[in-house]
Amino acid sequence: MTERDDLVFNEMLNGAEVRAAYESLERWHKSMPDEMRTLKQSEAENLFKRVGITFAVYGEGGDPERLIPFDMFPRVFTDSEWRKLDRGIRQRAAALNAFLADVYDRAEIVRAGRIPEHLITRNDAYEKAAIGFRPPRNVYSHIVGIDLVRTGADQFFVLEDNCRTPSGVSYMLQNREIMMRMFPQLFLENRIAPVDGYARLLKKTLASVAPQKCDSEPTVVILTPGQFNSAYYEHSFLADLMGVELVEGQDLFVEGDFVWMKTTEGPRKVDVIYRRIDDAFIDPLCFRPDSMLGVPGLMSVYRSGGVNICSCPGAGVADDKAIYTYVPEMIRFYLGEAPILENVPTWQCARKDEFKYVMEHLPELVVKEVHGSGGYGMLVGPAADTSTIELFRQKIVENPSNYIAQPTLSLSACPTFVDAGIAPRHVDLRPYCLVGETIELVPGGLTRVALTEGSLVVNSSQGGGVKDTWVLAE
Amino acid sequence: MRLSVRHVTRYSFDTPARGLVQTHKLIPSTCASQNILSWTVSVGDAIRGAAFRDSAGDMVETISVRGPVDEMVIEVSGEVETTDLYGVLRNHRETVPPTTYLRSSRLTRADTALRDLSASALEGMEDDSALNRAHALARAVNTAIAYVPGETEEMTTAAEALSGAKGVCQDHSHALIALAHAAEIPARYVAGYLHSGQDATGEASHAWAELFVPGLGWVGFDASNRCCPDERYIRLCSGYDAQDAAPIRGILNAGVEEHLDVSVAVMSQHQQ
Repeated sequence: MTERDDLVFNEMLNGAEVRAAYESLERWHKSMPDEMRTLKQSEAENLFKRVGITFAVYGEGGDPERLIPFDMFPRVFTDSEWRKLDRGIRQRAAALNAFLADVYDRAEIVRAGRIPEHLITRNDAYEKAAIGFRPPRNVYSHIVGIDLVRTGADQFFVLEDNCRTPSGVSYMLQNREIMMRMFPQLFLENRIAPVDGYARLLKKTLASVAPQKCDSEPTVVILTPGQFNSAYYEHSFLADLMGVELVEGQDLFVEGDFVWMKTTEGPRKVDVIYRRIDDAFIDPLCFRPDSMLGVPGLMSVYRSGGVNICSCPGAGVADDKAIYTYVPEMIRFYLGEAPILENVPTWQCARKDEFKYVMEHLPELVVKEVHGSGGYGMLVGPAADTSTIELFRQKIVENPSNYIAQPTLSLSACPTFVDAGIAPRHVDLRPYCLVGETIELVPGGLTRVALTEGSLVVNSSQGGGVKDTWVLAE
Repeated sequence: MRLSVRHVTRYSFDTPARGLVQTHKLIPSTCASQNILSWTVSVGDAIRGAAFRDSAGDMVETISVRGPVDEMVIEVSGEVETTDLYGVLRNHRETVPPTTYLRSSRLTRADTALRDLSASALEGMEDDSALNRAHALARAVNTAIAYVPGETEEMTTAAEALSGAKGVCQDHSHALIALAHAAEIPARYVAGYLHSGQDATGEASHAWAELFVPGLGWVGFDASNRCCPDERYIRLCSGYDAQDAAPIRGILNAGVEEHLDVSVAVMSQHQQ
């Protein structure tokens, strides 16, 4: 697709002028000879290969063994830009958790007529087994990944929320690690907020939601589907950083009131399970009976207060694309505050008048499946040919409630290394907000970049890469 | 009516299992139509624990046995005083919003034939009461699927049962749920016991469906017997389908051959 450069917000350049936050990077890249850049780029790739980080972010499919391209040109936020994002992200994470606590209790937001009941109760992610039970501290989603895009100096939009088990944080940590190793000078010249506290904060968050029956230092584990899962690297990386055990379903068992981990010194009680497997698979005696990945009886122990599961089963009902539209309403309803971060305007194809608008404007819009993720099953109107658009029109007509539409946003662009030097490429941002006894947020997050010129799809399965993300101290 | 239940489930394993975990919903809840006078679930030397009342109002308990296990016996016995409330479930404590039961599972999903049956059963009934419409759906299931044991199995779907036109109470219940969903009526599966008269060893383990009727709440419909649950019925637990409402769910290690032997007797007090 073609687009007018003057409509795209360039994060480094204001016209011909370099923004203050990028001055040091401007000098850095200009003084770097081409051979040096090639050398550093291959050094970075080798480092990524050596640590074994090759998975596709966000469970978006694609070749799990494919290395996601790393772009060495960092993305920079100023302190004041970040302060606003920080407040907005925390606000959103708090509201999403308040929503979950409500829909699994009295559903006041439905009684108040702010959200239609059927969007909740008929949602596949709404879990009957979670109703009428309060998890520790009333927190359901302990790691909230909020995907943000920028369209102007002060314009940020939330693209989607991820309340289940958002992945990609290992890229955030490794991108920084590798940049520090390769370009230590940059970190002396700039006051960059550290991100390496993430693992400590994650462990603190998980320990803070230990169940009532836990009367000593809580034992936290990460439950992985196993080494064939595309994000296995991240599971083992986080377990290492936190100093906790990485387990598979077969390493755990239920006996009496608790869940136990098999160890060489005999069974050890487990208090908090950070699970990286989907709801449907965590307990074959409650959900899918054919699951080999879960722990039989786990839900009984959870419901009787013997263990906590992070995120809680059923947390996904808050991050559905049809529910997304109502997040600003949740913020007003539960927190009594005005939303700090805006939603992208969204048309629900299930609503007659909005359906009509979508049908009339299809070539300008982005259309997504309500339950889809990862840039699959998605139409980017301006980039699609007529037959693709007509194919989507047919799909929407057949099942309108399965689709939402949004305007095609002009995503901001960041300088990115290309063959001919640097060029602007579109980016998004996923910060990882931790919710437990307190709400914690490491400055920055994971920046994804669309490496193809003009492309708006940043997913790694669609040719996206990643960048280190800086928040500069004042 | 005063009913006594004795329900014995015996699992035996060809090769001893390394261990066993089961989740039970074997304890009926007291509600207006049934008063539990006594009830015991014995599980031998299995380790009990992790019991709770779920959002649908059913008691759930997970038990485990350390291996090797070659046999597992679950013995349920109790006495219940029942009252005929024409199938209406009253004073039953639960917190699941009824519209949650508009969601279909693999076993209860309506295909075109089920949707057509639902529509034809309700034809001309637009102005009828919700209760009459529910009765019409139950009758339609009873007419379309003959009660024939041995023709269907545990994983038979509602759609398959209708196309084969034969089935047992599980199939009737799944089909009724599918018909109700097609008509936007919340519906769920109920497992329980039935006292079926002189032949006390007959159909004692039973299943039916509950449909949500505005004004009345949940109402039971036994499509197999063309009636609503009365004082011969004991309601045990509910779910989206037979699998979700299974009174016993277990997991064994792979490769272990399992033999199941179930005997259920429901008797009225004066027969004893």
